[in-house]
Amino acid sequence: MVCRRRLSFRRYSTYRAATLAGIFTNCVFGVIICFTYMAVWRQNPTAGGYDVTDALTYVWLGQAMLMTVAMWSGGATDDLAARIRSGDVALDLHRPVSLLGWYLACDLGRACYHLLTRGVAPTIVGSLLFDLRYPQDALTGLVFALSVTLAVTVSFGVRMLVSASAFWLVDDTGVKQLAAVCAFFFSGMTVPLVLFPGWTGEVASLLPWASYLQVPADVWLGKRTGLDLIGALGFQALWTAILLWACSAVLRLANRKVVVQGG
Amino acid sequence: MASGISAAGWNLRTYLLLARMWIRVSMTYRASFVTLTVGQFFITGLDFIGIAILFSNVDALAGFSFSEVAFLYGGSALCLGLADLVLGNIEKLGTRIRMGTFDAMLVRPVSVFVQMCADEFALRRLGRIAQAAGVFVWSVVALDIDWTASRVAMVPYLVGTGTVIFLALFTIGAAVQFWTAESSELSNAFTYGGSTLAQFPLSIYPREAVKALTFVVPLGFVNWYPSLYILDRPDPFGFPAVLQFAGAIAAALLSLLAAVVWRRGTRHYQSTGS
Repeated sequence: MVCRRRLSFRRYSTYRAATLAGIFTNCVFGVIICFTYMAVWRQNPTAGGYDVTDALTYVWLGQAMLMTVAMWSGGATDDLAARIRSGDVALDLHRPVSLLGWYLACDLGRACYHLLTRGVAPTIVGSLLFDLRYPQDALTGLVFALSVTLAVTVSFGVRMLVSASAFWLVDDTGVKQLAAVCAFFFSGMTVPLVLFPGWTGEVASLLPWASYLQVPADVWLGKRTGLDLIGALGFQALWTAILLWACSAVLRLANRKVVVQGG
Repeated sequence: MASGISAAGWNLRTYLLLARMWIRVSMTYRASFVTLTVGQFFITGLDFIGIAILFSNVDALAGFSFSEVAFLYGGSALCLGLADLVLGNIEKLGTRIRMGTFDAMLVRPVSVFVQMCADEFALRRLGRIAQAAGVFVWSVVALDIDWTASRVAMVPYLVGTGTVIFLALFTIGAAVQFWTAESSELSNAFTYGGSTLAQFPLSIYPREAVKALTFVVPLGFVNWYPSLYILDRPDPFGFPAVLQFAGAIAAALLSLLAAVVWRRGTRHYQSTGS
């Protein structure tokens, strides 16, 4: 599985020009959103309990997480949907390794690559252009790394369920589009969840998508400390467990369906 | 001159013919068409809800109220949506070059540009246009605009020039792929990035940046300058008022640049021969 992850990393690193173009786009959007947020926080310096430095840091963390958690969907789970359509998945289901583990390893490799390129590069550009906040100590940095990993596994669980819908729908385009919209909005990518008014913010922060960006960002910014920090990781771990369990249940069901069709 | 006009007429006719063909294709799966159109409506709708959420925390952004920002958002999204409807799939040029399917277009007796514009023409994009138009109309109702004849005339002028500017940006972004044969992400920074940028008052940016958005990448002409005129606001940077009418010049210059880059690109193109 470690080997599988390394292969997946290498596959994505083949497209260098595309990566550079992507980094450029991340930076352009980062700058645009930063100026918007600067105008917001100039008007209301404590909006959502953030100060302007928190807000600007949040923007670049968002750009870094965008590809890492594959918010627009895509990633290893897209291969699964394609293999369901072509019927190749019948082979996958009978390999001597767990299908879920196989794709998770692929996706972690991809996430690693995207974090190191599309994550780190825009953050460096952002830190040169704007005054940002950094983790206060090594422990926060370590917990942040853990939180990012859990963000990827939660997003993997959601995307895997979306791809598995192809077992029944054959074409998963519509579901994928819907999932991407939910991810974008409820992760806090469109607007930080802390700015959501009243109960909408509370509801949004309980949904799995909060793990994608809002939770890791709050860890990075030092908004969650002590027990609350453990709570943040626990929240992500809980969603990981629920989603991976759901994935394996769905795949078991699908397994039966594929056999009925005769592969 | 006469032959130029008849060539333009022929191109337009083939464009409409190709577009109609793709519409018929999409109508084969009617349920899927309706879902995707409605989907587009709500996807772009969430963008606007995002702006509404920002305004639940502030009552003005750089001196502009919610309904004024809605006016800017509607104008920008409408222009982008129209341009995207007309030639949105031109950005797939790189993929076509890599796949080798671009060669097939070269041997047909129709302009390659027309073929690329009409390629997989997606009527479902009307969903996005409807959403933008909805916000635009709502903001006009919510705002108390003094509708003189010249202000009324400025609205179609805004939509027209803004759309042409995005058409040119899409074309330039695609033409660059003749050299890179790579993904369309670079041009997304200018088209979608540009539209995002134009959704907010440019007064949130530093003066130098707005100069660049006026004279280098003329995104300021999409909706910012005409909107200042319609909303009867003095230019926050004190730039001359004549800029508010100069959108047509910017659109014409950018279109000229797009035509040159596209022509050079097609000349530069060498098939992989596979």
